[in-house]
Amino acid sequence: MLLSETGQFSTCYAHDRRAFRLRQERVGLGLVLAFAFLVVPAWASDYWFSAILIPFLILSLAGLGLNLLTGYAGQLSLGSAAFMAVGAFAAYNFQLRIEGLPFLVSLALGGLVAALAGVVFGLPSLRIKGFYLIVSTLAAQFLVQWGLTKFGWFSNFNPSGVITAPPLTILGQDLSSPAGRYLLTLLVVTALFFLAGRIVRSDLGRNWMAVRDMDSAAAVIGIPVARSKLLAFAVSSFYCGVAGSLWAFTYLGTVEPHGFDLNRSFQVLFIIIIGGMGSILGNFLGAAFIVLLPLLLSNLGGSLLAGVIDQGHIENLQKILFGLLIILFLIREPDGLASLWRSLRARARVWPLRA
Amino acid sequence: MTTSRFSPRRLTAAFSLGLALVSGSATAAGEQYFPLQSYRVGPYAAGGTGFFGGFIDYMQLVNARDGGVNGVKLTWSECETEYVVEKGVECYERLKKGLNGAPAAATNPLSVGIAYATLERSTADRIPLITINHGRTDSTDGSVFPYVFPLQLNPYSEVSAIVNYIGQREGGLDKLKGKKIVTLYHGSPYGKETIPILDILSKKYGFAISHIEVPHPGTEQQSQWLNIRRIKPDWVILRGWGVMNPVALKTAAKTGFPADHVIGNIWSNSEDDAAPAGDAAKGFISITTHPAGTDFPVLKDIEKVVVKAGKGNLQDPKRFGSVYYNLGVVNGILNVEALRIAQAKFGKRPLSGEEVRWGFEHLKLDAKRLQDLGATGLVQTLTLSCSDHEGGGAVRFQQWDGASWKVISDWVQADRGLLRPIIEKSAAAYAKEKGITPRNCAKES
Repeated sequence: MLLSETGQFSTCYAHDRRAFRLRQERVGLGLVLAFAFLVVPAWASDYWFSAILIPFLILSLAGLGLNLLTGYAGQLSLGSAAFMAVGAFAAYNFQLRIEGLPFLVSLALGGLVAALAGVVFGLPSLRIKGFYLIVSTLAAQFLVQWGLTKFGWFSNFNPSGVITAPPLTILGQDLSSPAGRYLLTLLVVTALFFLAGRIVRSDLGRNWMAVRDMDSAAAVIGIPVARSKLLAFAVSSFYCGVAGSLWAFTYLGTVEPHGFDLNRSFQVLFIIIIGGMGSILGNFLGAAFIVLLPLLLSNLGGSLLAGVIDQGHIENLQKILFGLLIILFLIREPDGLASLWRSLRARARVWPLRA
Repeated sequence: MTTSRFSPRRLTAAFSLGLALVSGSATAAGEQYFPLQSYRVGPYAAGGTGFFGGFIDYMQLVNARDGGVNGVKLTWSECETEYVVEKGVECYERLKKGLNGAPAAATNPLSVGIAYATLERSTADRIPLITINHGRTDSTDGSVFPYVFPLQLNPYSEVSAIVNYIGQREGGLDKLKGKKIVTLYHGSPYGKETIPILDILSKKYGFAISHIEVPHPGTEQQSQWLNIRRIKPDWVILRGWGVMNPVALKTAAKTGFPADHVIGNIWSNSEDDAAPAGDAAKGFISITTHPAGTDFPVLKDIEKVVVKAGKGNLQDPKRFGSVYYNLGVVNGILNVEALRIAQAKFGKRPLSGEEVRWGFEHLKLDAKRLQDLGATGLVQTLTLSCSDHEGGGAVRFQQWDGASWKVISDWVQADRGLLRPIIEKSAAAYAKEKGITPRNCAKES
């Protein structure tokens, strides 16, 4: 009865096309948002904001960016961190060089520059597929990092090449406090997630899925394959770029090119593999798994085992445990956490008539 | 599909259990807490285990021998950063609140990246950020960076002292004219930090400088050293990091450049940098602010009270007295002395970070105090003030004899008068960018 649709009738086509057709889901989403926007800021501590919630939200967004490209459009990429770096450094330079540019505008401009970079590195996708495409995006990963280190202009000739975030103010409100940073991140992330939800249900999103499933078939029925692929790279990189800017400005407050290395790309890739390809919700679930679980293990290890065994061993034990959990989990649920959620939801819809 | 055992509810339960355990309940009043953002795994574990081992052992010594600082026991807990910035930030946020009611005195991340990322947080949270021998050069100007302390030696002083030493070896700074110096630097923010100051020094003294970059991690340097052979420099300054150092020494030997004209900087000066190069490292010179060795009275005390009691923090007892370990001990001495000075003003009780900051800013170690601490020759004399958060700026030079480091020079001073205007300019630019009003150091007490 929990998710039953009994008594909910569509009275017009618009109702049928809603992203969330069940009233329970709409109410649930509203409650979650109200909780995140109203309750959390009043309740959470600095540690929750700065070490858990903000990186969780930003990595969800980066995961979403890659998921649009890989999960929806079927193009493999290992360049997410490079596009994050482009976004971060572009936004920084817009802020620095244009006096009085509002923060949100430079965030969007940074995303657009990243989108352009994405299109450029997406060009090989017109000719090559699959694992070979990974190599071309890998080139983006190394080239961007090299360029940002090599040319001092990008970091305003800071001798050590590290950029520092400018003060965060929006409409005269100072958002530099942890709660303010959290709200800003949450606002941007929520807006972009809603946008992505619309995109994947639009004709562009349908084109992506057609290209993903079989691009020759898609071409035969008249879908512009090249355009769809490049747009997928552009939109995906826009999302990654905004995530990178948030990473630099609201999370760390500082960033160097090295912070966006290949490991970050892998981290984003793991988020969508564990969360679930081709799913919007999966990005949150995957980011939660990747961000929260190691923290939980580290907190547990720090309090339970400190003094009993050597610190270095505790850390290695955590890594072993985390790796084991990933393996176990992927064996049981190869399609990711999102599919676990889907099956739970399917069961809830018929409960208690069938279990 | 079958249901999975990973139910959300269980995850939530496990997570809240974890957090409940972390928050703890037992209180230990009357203690002073040091949050340690340590790193014991990963590529830089050699540095981390040595440094934090020395730091912890010194605090154990103070607790066991003196009963704490004026009766206030020291306590600490560790959080692994792996030298990764995000983890360092997480650890900072996790530990900054103190432990069981004991307030946090200061953070010592021993990582440039983490220091940059926690710089503003430290200032906002009023907890001193100690970056001994490294860090952001312009944070030397305490009027703009009240909570940041690049103790003993900032990167500019380091380079300036090396140039002064080369001058000494050549028979006077005026003899530097026409000489050729090459810097071989690690391709990272750390490696590049000193390029502008070397250019300034080369103009001032009239030597030719070439900067040659080694991309991370630096396991292949053939082309760089062939280039060096072509330039035929009089001296090579090695600004290395980790595996890059032994490779540089080996390649130097292969291309015929004498090791005794290679001068390693502060992160190229440990046993782990020279020993792996074997015979190629013999004669290699490096700077140090903290000579290796176990002959200092304070190290003998640690050995007697802590290590002999089986409580030493090092897993490998052979590393006792090594360069990284002794840096940890030096760091411990500086932190504890700052605490002592702050206690003299604010009372003999656990102090807040703000109060400890005052102690750091008024840190004064003269020859007599160092003698009392049993650290003569291990630590340089230091005087900090509101405008000067570095204090020392002197280094000694040591030479690798194939098995251990031998100190070959007295303290060599950096030309701090020359560096000061550059530092002030950079700090002023930072203040402007951030909208900070610098403190008036003339009015500080």
